[in-house]
Amino acid sequence: MRENLHRFFRAARGAGVRVSPAESIDAMRAVSKIGFNDRQILRDTFLVTLAKTQEEKRALGDCFDLFFSQPEPPPPSAPDNDNADEDGEAGESGQANGGGGGGEAPDGADASEREASPTAGGQPGEGLGPLAQMLLRQDRNEIQAAIASAANAASLSDIRYFTQRGIFSGRILEQMGIGRLRDDLDNLTATNPSQAERLQAATDGLRDAVRETVAQALLLYGREEAENLRNEILRNAPLSRIEPRQVEEMRALIRRIARRLRERYSKPRKRQRRGHLDVRRTLRRNAAWGSIPFLTAWKRKHRDRPKIVALCDVSGSVARVSDFFLLLIHSLHEVVDDVRSFAFSGHLIEVSDILEKKSPEAAMAEIMSKVGFGSSDYGSSLADFEDEWMNAITPQTTVIVLGDARSNNLDPRADILRRIAERSKRVVWLNPEGRMAWGFGDSEMPRYATFCSVVRQCATAKQLERAVSDIVATYQ
Amino acid sequence: MAEHRPAASIAAVESGLAAQGYIASRQIATAVYLAQQIEKPILVEGPAGVGKTELAKAIAHWRGQKLIRLQCYEGLDEAKALYEWKYAKQLLYTQILKDKLGEVLGGAETLHEALAQLHDFGDVFFSKEFVEPRPLLQALEQPAGCVLLIDEIDKSDAEFESLLLEIVSDFQVTIPELGTVSAVAPPTVILTSNSERDLGDALKRRCLHLHIGFPEQRLEERIVESRVPGISQTLRRQMVAFIHELRTLDLKKLPSVSETIDWARVLVLLQAAELDHEIVKDTLNVLLKYETDIEAALPQVSTFVAKAARQNVFG
Repeated sequence: MRENLHRFFRAARGAGVRVSPAESIDAMRAVSKIGFNDRQILRDTFLVTLAKTQEEKRALGDCFDLFFSQPEPPPPSAPDNDNADEDGEAGESGQANGGGGGGEAPDGADASEREASPTAGGQPGEGLGPLAQMLLRQDRNEIQAAIASAANAASLSDIRYFTQRGIFSGRILEQMGIGRLRDDLDNLTATNPSQAERLQAATDGLRDAVRETVAQALLLYGREEAENLRNEILRNAPLSRIEPRQVEEMRALIRRIARRLRERYSKPRKRQRRGHLDVRRTLRRNAAWGSIPFLTAWKRKHRDRPKIVALCDVSGSVARVSDFFLLLIHSLHEVVDDVRSFAFSGHLIEVSDILEKKSPEAAMAEIMSKVGFGSSDYGSSLADFEDEWMNAITPQTTVIVLGDARSNNLDPRADILRRIAERSKRVVWLNPEGRMAWGFGDSEMPRYATFCSVVRQCATAKQLERAVSDIVATYQ
Repeated sequence: MAEHRPAASIAAVESGLAAQGYIASRQIATAVYLAQQIEKPILVEGPAGVGKTELAKAIAHWRGQKLIRLQCYEGLDEAKALYEWKYAKQLLYTQILKDKLGEVLGGAETLHEALAQLHDFGDVFFSKEFVEPRPLLQALEQPAGCVLLIDEIDKSDAEFESLLLEIVSDFQVTIPELGTVSAVAPPTVILTSNSERDLGDALKRRCLHLHIGFPEQRLEERIVESRVPGISQTLRRQMVAFIHELRTLDLKKLPSVSETIDWARVLVLLQAAELDHEIVKDTLNVLLKYETDIEAALPQVSTFVAKAARQNVFG
């Protein structure tokens, strides 16, 4: 049973529940007190000891249900058995059907088997390997147990990727003695064709059962690894070129990134905030012992939380990057004091409200319908910003411009960016294009770069995370 | 009532708590039972008013143990939570003992000798007598064990969490001048949190994690029955059904169990026999604490009342 618990912990990790060794020890101690009699209580026990958030509880609950409802794949042989009988002996088939269909219990199958075998001719199992004998006996429980122990021997719980399914199936079958079975089959085909046919059918059933076991194991143990791999690929994929079906996954990834940034930056760091000695409070606090300062009181340094003004190009290929960027920035409520977002291509509008009130999909659709799909004009967009929202910028503000700086050979109005830079704490320019492309064609990047504190490439989720993380970190 | 030995089973926990008027779901009972069996603290999370603090009180009552409560808030530090030196007493004693000190040190010729003699007396002024135990230390010193309730841990600073780790995992604290103080009898520790901020993994790892959500309808009826005995069955069923409907709305603050109980009391006081549109409208402010929520709920009241009444027929 210990072994089973360990496999469950592994499966739980696969389901995204972080189970540390300490927690697994707790769970085992708890289980030793509780016992295995009541599945519901066992489930509650795991939920209480292993899962530490609501989401984890949900994931673990599902995992528990999957794990403990496990090894009941459909009887591999019952229908095949009937077919084989029909081929061999028409008279018996009615009875066999009755037995198999009525109970579906191993006994039923056994009974039909016993009746069927003599008529088929030859004793079952004579001179055959153990696996062939077992298959011919048609004892489902026995086969099940054999698969389980072979799966253990093949360390099936190490399965991580779906590409490994074939290997593990092969290993399990090898463990069970498929080699010998093949020889038996060859021999039987020569000597006893009808029995060979039945054995063939049973073997096919066995293969299906093994395949199913492996598939289930992959579902249990492989999820985390597969997800990690997928996320890694996703993190490094260029945002502007991901496929539509990946958009949802990317949103989830961005949300996770946001959570990570929140966790890292939302905790107050008191030490860093300690300022000068607060004389008045110190005196008052120590009045009880004649103002001898046993306890000191300190003033707190005022620490700014980031204020961000984001200007996002939503034309053409940059639109998707802007989409994810806005999603990220707006899910940082705990970390960032104030975000005002603006979107532009030909002209510029404020989109903070739209993003706050609507779901990401709906918000983006609305923004695109208002300003998207135009050819971008950085000059007039910056002019729009200067006319209406210049006072949104304070000396605490970080201005983030996200765009490729391709202004279709129109006046870039870099002078406005200069004024923005003068008013703000920093100007950060995130460009989805690679450095090599800056300054070529209609790219005005070098001209704008003069007035930016930081210019960096930002094409993948990873770069996006690093860029935002750096911006927030400057306020810490 | 005074039962110090661990409860024998989950059912025993359930009935023990029920005797104190706390109707626990199976999951709660399992957590309490486990906490006792493997001596782990319970971290209880959930929305406000679902009975997190009440659970600790009920456990203390049931076992006949003392409840020591530490209310967390921003800026709480070890001087207020753990222990503090009695500075005034130390000062006073040094004044009173001045002469005595003179006597003791009388024989010493040099400053060096005096210092050496003083060292022989040890840290007289940093001994147990001068420690003012705060809740956490008090909890460790209870000979009969106790229930230590650390309420709203999410309101405290992240640093305070680290301070708790030693207590929570080993039931001991280390005072630099005195050494390590271990618990006389391991207290039952219950931490509550409203999830205002995410707690650190280190703390979570050391605790059993229990999430108390809004109870199911049956359970809530039983809770009302136990807390407000005077209420008729019809009304009880209707009002609980109504509240469950109300919770499906998108409100700023959903009514929780404490509000249900308050409302039940109000309805009994108003001698309502049955839920109807008027009385709900008049007493909605007991359930909902925001003007906007009340406005959002008002148009739905009739439908909910009708639904609740129907439930009564078929339920």
